Amino acid sequence: MDKEGKVVINREWCKGCGICVAFCPEEALILDPEEKAYWAHPEKCKRCGLCELRCPDIAIELVQK
Amino acid sequence: MPVKDYLRLRFLPHIWCPGCGHGIVMSGMIRAIEEIGLEKNEVVVVSGIGCSSRMAGYLDFHTMHTLHGRALAFATGVKLGRPDLTVIVPMGDGDALAIGGNHFIHAARRDIDLTAVIMNNRIYGMTGGQGSPMTPQGMRSTTAPRGIADAAFDLVELAKGAGASFVARTTTFHATELTRMIEKAIRHKGFSVVEVMSQCPTYYGRQNRLGNGVEMMKGFRDNTTSIGSKKREARPDLIERGIFVDEDRPVYSPEGLKAD
Ligand SMILES: Cc1ncc(C[n+]2csc(CCOP(=O)(O)OP(=O)(O)O)c2C)c(N)n1
Ligand code: SF4
Ligand code: SF4
Ligand code: SF4
Repeated sequence: MDKEGKVVINREWCKGCGICVAFCPEEALILDPEEKAYWAHPEKCKRCGLCELRCPDIAIELVQK
Repeated sequence: MPVKDYLRLRFLPHIWCPGCGHGIVMSGMIRAIEEIGLEKNEVVVVSGIGCSSRMAGYLDFHTMHTLHGRALAFATGVKLGRPDLTVIVPMGDGDALAIGGNHFIHAARRDIDLTAVIMNNRIYGMTGGQGSPMTPQGMRSTTAPRGIADAAFDLVELAKGAGASFVARTTTFHATELTRMIEKAIRHKGFSVVEVMSQCPTYYGRQNRLGNGVEMMKGFRDNTTSIGSKKREARPDLIERGIFVDEDRPVYSPEGLKAD
């Protein structure tokens, strides 16, 4: 796995459904106080990209450097 | 290129509710098209009316947003006129199987080279949660507040019986499988049907106390299994996912019609 990639969240499009948070296999994401997804634990993230695949709002992206 | 680059950004964020499954299907469809390597100009997306059908507005391909239930008729015309183009039809279960049921069975019977992606949320989302022919017996909708007495269609069996040459089922939880199945369906020559079990937390979820989008997707994870899995011996109620039909047959074409 490429530990170099970054998870980028588009706060304008995120509707806070929590799908990425609930199904992240590494618990690397949280919903912040504004109910937006937040990549709180980059050190746990395996860069699997599942959050991007399951986001209904195209609001979260695994960007390879 | 990133999924965003296939969208008409001026219309985003989309109008689908938080946790609605339709956006996951849209993203899977884009990934499938990207994987096949089709140019935007080579794809036509034709839809009817419904929350699911709004996809045609967001996708940056050739698109037609037509009449409720009639998308397959328009798509048939497009395909006959321009057989070189890839024609994809995103549909709701009401759009495809209630008002559009007749178009659906005849498109399958003719086995025209179209790909129907049916977002089965078991309800009419756009108009406020009325029951559809996919609402399972006993489940609630605004038109059956104590639960529907009628049996639902089995979409896979219906598509098979009507003659579709590619029939598959998956869910929004199984996002990798979803992309792979839509890809295979598009590549297939003939009428391809992909049933995607999708969630409408706003109406179906709320009326049946199934929880939000996350809980409904856990339901798809826990209540489905791959075709032929041993798990169904202990739990025959599990819904099967996978490719049920994949047959190569001669495809309906204007050339074929001309031949006497
Ligand atoms: C001819 C016609 N009849 C009825 C309607 C009202 N109508 C709009 S969308 C819809 C059903 C939508 O349900 P579905 O196709 O399952 O899609 P969803 O909204 O659940 O994604 C209905 C009945 C219409 N637009 N046109
Ligand atoms: S890439 Fe995978 S591990 Fe990282 S946040 Fe997304 S789902 Fe979690
Ligand atoms: S899945 Fe998408 S819309 Fe939902 S909380 Fe995560 S980033 Fe936001
Ligand atoms: S009403 Fe249901 S189907 Fe329509 S956008 Fe909302 S959740 Fe999705």
